[in-house]
Amino acid sequence: MSGQNQQKRGWAAKAEAAKAARAAAAADETAVAAVADDDFEEEEYTPGEADGGMFGNLPAKKAKAFGPSAKRLMGLLKPESAGVFFVIGLVVVSVVLNVIAPKVLGSAMDVIFGGVIGKQLPPGVSQAAFAEGLRQAGQNNFADMVSKMELTNGINFSKLTFLISIVLLMYFVANIFLWAQGFVLNRIVMKVINRLRNDVQAKLNRLPLNYFDTRQRGDILSRVTNDVDNVQQGLQQAFAQLVSSVLTVFGIVVMMFIVSWELALIALIALPLSGIVAGVIGSRSQKLFAAQWKNTGALNGQIEESFSGHELVKVFGRDADMLERFDERNEALYKASFGAQFVSGIIFPAMNFISYLAYVGIAVVGGLRVASGSMSLGDATAFIQYSREFTQPLGQIAGMANMLQSGVASAERVFEFLDADEQVPEDAAKHLPARTDGHVEFENVSFSYVADKPLIEDLSFSAEPGHTVAIVGPTGAGKTTLVNLVMRFYELNSGRITLDGVDIKELGRSELRSKVGMVLQDAWLFGGTIYDNIKYGKLDATEEQIMEAAKATYVDRFVRALPDGYQTIIDEEGTNVSAGEKQLITIARAFVSDPSLLILDEATSSVDTRTELLLQKAMAALRTDRTSFVIAHRLSTIRDADTILVMENGSIVEQGRHSELLSMQGAYYRLYMSQFAGEDAEETPVDDTTAVHS
Amino acid sequence: MLLTLIRRYSKPYLPQILAVIIFQLASTIATLYLPSLNAKIIDQGVSKGDTDYIWQTGALMLAVAFGQVITAVAGVYYGSRVAMSMGRDLRRDVFRKVSSFSAKDVNTFGAPTLITRGTNDVQQVQMLMLMGLNFMVSTPIMCVGGIIMALQEDLSLSWLVWVSVPVLVAVVGYLVVRLMPLFRSMQKKIDAINGVLREQIIGIRVVRAFVREPYEVKRFGAANRDLTDVSVKIGNLFVLMFPAIGMILHLSTAAVLWFGGERVDSGDMEVGALTAFLQYLLQILIAVMMGTFMAMMIPRASVCADRIGEVLDVEPSIHNPDAPVTPAEKKGRVEFRDVTFKYPGAEEPVLSNISFSAEPGQTLAIIGSTGSGKTTLVSLLPRLYDVAAGEVLLDGVPVTELDRDEITSRVATVPQKPYLFSGTIEHNLRFGKTEATEDELWDALETAQAKDFVQEKSSGLNRRIAQGGTNVSGGQRQRLCIARALVTQPKVYLFDDSFSALDVATDARLRRALKEKTRDATVIIVAQRVSTIADADQILVLDNGRIVDRGTHEELLETSPTYQEIVESQLSAEEVA
Repeated sequence: MSGQNQQKRGWAAKAEAAKAARAAAAADETAVAAVADDDFEEEEYTPGEADGGMFGNLPAKKAKAFGPSAKRLMGLLKPESAGVFFVIGLVVVSVVLNVIAPKVLGSAMDVIFGGVIGKQLPPGVSQAAFAEGLRQAGQNNFADMVSKMELTNGINFSKLTFLISIVLLMYFVANIFLWAQGFVLNRIVMKVINRLRNDVQAKLNRLPLNYFDTRQRGDILSRVTNDVDNVQQGLQQAFAQLVSSVLTVFGIVVMMFIVSWELALIALIALPLSGIVAGVIGSRSQKLFAAQWKNTGALNGQIEESFSGHELVKVFGRDADMLERFDERNEALYKASFGAQFVSGIIFPAMNFISYLAYVGIAVVGGLRVASGSMSLGDATAFIQYSREFTQPLGQIAGMANMLQSGVASAERVFEFLDADEQVPEDAAKHLPARTDGHVEFENVSFSYVADKPLIEDLSFSAEPGHTVAIVGPTGAGKTTLVNLVMRFYELNSGRITLDGVDIKELGRSELRSKVGMVLQDAWLFGGTIYDNIKYGKLDATEEQIMEAAKATYVDRFVRALPDGYQTIIDEEGTNVSAGEKQLITIARAFVSDPSLLILDEATSSVDTRTELLLQKAMAALRTDRTSFVIAHRLSTIRDADTILVMENGSIVEQGRHSELLSMQGAYYRLYMSQFAGEDAEETPVDDTTAVHS
Repeated sequence: MLLTLIRRYSKPYLPQILAVIIFQLASTIATLYLPSLNAKIIDQGVSKGDTDYIWQTGALMLAVAFGQVITAVAGVYYGSRVAMSMGRDLRRDVFRKVSSFSAKDVNTFGAPTLITRGTNDVQQVQMLMLMGLNFMVSTPIMCVGGIIMALQEDLSLSWLVWVSVPVLVAVVGYLVVRLMPLFRSMQKKIDAINGVLREQIIGIRVVRAFVREPYEVKRFGAANRDLTDVSVKIGNLFVLMFPAIGMILHLSTAAVLWFGGERVDSGDMEVGALTAFLQYLLQILIAVMMGTFMAMMIPRASVCADRIGEVLDVEPSIHNPDAPVTPAEKKGRVEFRDVTFKYPGAEEPVLSNISFSAEPGQTLAIIGSTGSGKTTLVSLLPRLYDVAAGEVLLDGVPVTELDRDEITSRVATVPQKPYLFSGTIEHNLRFGKTEATEDELWDALETAQAKDFVQEKSSGLNRRIAQGGTNVSGGQRQRLCIARALVTQPKVYLFDDSFSALDVATDARLRRALKEKTRDATVIIVAQRVSTIADADQILVLDNGRIVDRGTHEELLETSPTYQEIVESQLSAEEVA
């Protein structure tokens, strides 16, 4: 009954809150997400919490193609179709019982009423005679009623007991079925969502890297997290309730017509009326809510910004300005949210009013009809109950439609993710020799991220086993791209790269990558202990191997100083471990994986000088006896590289050893001079021995 | 705290709150009156066949229903108005309070939690106020009113109320109490699974480079299973709620009919009263249930209120002086006299006995390893922190005696973490000096070596900047921050390790250009790299919060072992490779 609906609303409110909380988490993500593209599109701020809670849903995103997406969403349930039909069966039974019960309850009422009127019969006078007597006394209506009634002398308690038992039994069965369908449906939905999540995870591993490069991280994250959650909610709530609400409305209408078609017509007038009210107020409040979200976003954005940039506001003395702007926005938010809350708050009383209208109509017309004997009192009370139960599922259908819409929109975004082009399937036709020595050969390699913007063109060179190849050049010259190609993170446009004579395209990606160790500029570690982070390089590494790696890469020294040692948890803030130390851990991680080919990207960010020294030493330790590609930012670190590749605009303009390149007085020489001209180019000529260069 | 907050913030709106209560009362009474009118139709009209009475009462019902909707709407009007006003006031006070905070106060909390408190927590409390005004006011009225009306209809059936209400509260309460921790745990599992995905997406190169896809799939699978398990557990309990409540309501209905039937039969009760009683009981039960659900919001909102209260209760540790001194000159002379500084709660001072002076036209450099106190030192001048002992003087006056404006008009800071505000480049550059001309902006950009990349895009100065400046590269962000400081044309420049993200060539060009622009100003540079500061007029070598040596580059190379060590470490860092 109506309690159930309140109940559901409570659940929906909770779910809303949880959803909004997650949306907030995603908003943080969006904020930190590095923007791959230079051109910046301003992102909509996702508000923090369940501001609308009860009635103010998150603005429903619209699906681009509702039909196909909804169909595909339903398709997810297909493997569980037996269960789904079972659930629908249960719902049907419980709805039917729920809908019939008031009618039986009405009969119980008739028994009581009949008993009461029957008592008024003078002893020995028959029902017909009593009615006749009434008619003669001028009480025609009452007489009609009495003549139609089933009068008993006093309430027929055995019949009353019987009817009440029947009703209780019906409700009991209905509720058991209701519980059973919820139980089964919950399992089905969770199974489906579990599978969807696993699909998303699997897809993540099959997407090419440029998928991640060309999209905002926040967007991908919100697809795989919030949107999946949203689909779950859509399925869990909207699906089940929609079925039962629609069935209930249908059932009630049928019952109403069975009981009294005249009264049914009155009740049905309420239907379009509440539809109009819900539609008009609803769409207004949707707009107002959108405005409220927008203002919330703007204000929260400002709060976030003012608090994060608190010191700047102070040092530039902008407090007053900030306050002024805040007050303006705060006032705007107040106006918007007041409007939204008020208008949405009207819906409830307005719908209520309409249901009262129907209620009054039924009470009056029903009363008249009962009095005239053309309807029993029980039927009238049953009808009142029907009419009250009628508007609630209607309201629910409207609410669910909203939720379903948002669920389908989310599903669509998840499907888009699942449908994204995958990386070129693996060939894995060939294998590397058991013992690779890390001979890498680029043969006429061309590559571009975007079709019409060639980046690397016709590049050829070779890295001999055990050699160190340094790659230098200005930012954007394609240094990182070059090593990414070795890892086969991207597919070549033309040419080929071979490792120990085998085209890497013919190798399985995992086979290739397992031979390569990589230390990247942004020291990415996952949330876990230092020990586990090192172990990530080789999952079956023994403790000795990990300790050995830690010692060789100078991790051991600082870890011992930490209170929790190797069990120190690295968290996202990473407050306990400095940037340089994190970098050392990534080197240890590469060390433990014992690759035959190494790719090192030197950090440019300033780490403190002692850590810097350790980093250099650690990288040197790692490079021993391995073919290494080093992306160097400071030329001084690569003087003794076996080969230096000087890149400019995607091609190698010079190639050779340090001394050779210097004597050529070309690009490398210029680069070198510009770096060492650092502090005082005018006065002092470059002198290697005074080197306090950076 | 929740109560204190509500009490404090509802004060200005007491008349409106009173209006809410009155309207809710009226609307509830109207709601409660309807079943009793219906009962009369049955008892006086139907039982007696009095159609006129039915018509009359019907009209009255209609009027009552109309009154109900009017009062309800009025109640909602004032309710949302008051709740939103209180939210607005609360938010304003939190913002003002945090704005008055010193850097120290901000750091005791941490910016992220302050943001949550100012946004989410305020919203939670505001939501509670709204719900409270719109529903929690009417729930007790409905309960009490319902009980009174029900008792009026029939006193001896009242035990049904005393039985069914506690049973309902017990059942709903039990399920809610069991569910709450599960919901929290589900939230954690969702965070966990999303955390795994986030790590995978951010670290995708590492995952792929180490061929850890299978490992990650396993990790994800475990998290996914965890989540599914909790969700199923919640579902199992949750699906009980709905039928259980239904069953209680239906049992109550049956009981009313059964026991009421007896009373009707014995002539102690009329049939209409029976139906009215039934409806009242249902209304009471629904009100109780709503109240129980609403009550679920209270613990959460009170946690939020506590967190807000913590912020509001802080007395900002740095005030503007009551009687500010206006310095006689505006040159930018900086002097530290025997300065000691300690972070709150720390045992060891971060800075001890720091004394130095920097004159206009001079460059003072501060070098030292991480944690030696360099950043702290430079944040004392703009009074982000106050010293524990000693004095910081600007143009001969202690900064504690200067008006904030006097400080900000003299000192411009380029912070270690380059932070830009959302808006345009222009908006950011004008941050320190709103009235700067466009020429001045371009001039600053040129000096900061930022002109090229700003010009590169057609949007130029109007190019959009994301919050924090995340849509430009680290080096570009740093240069824009330098330009922002240059625009203000201050007497003192504070560069806190502001060249770190620049490549060496740009760094060199920038410093050359800066030298021109800052000829008359006092320049204080914090740096990690010796090359950045080699030509400073004076270099302070900081170690463990003390100045261990001072002098020019050449002097220090001769005399300072710590400086030599730093130089050597940088040198050898380069040599090792």
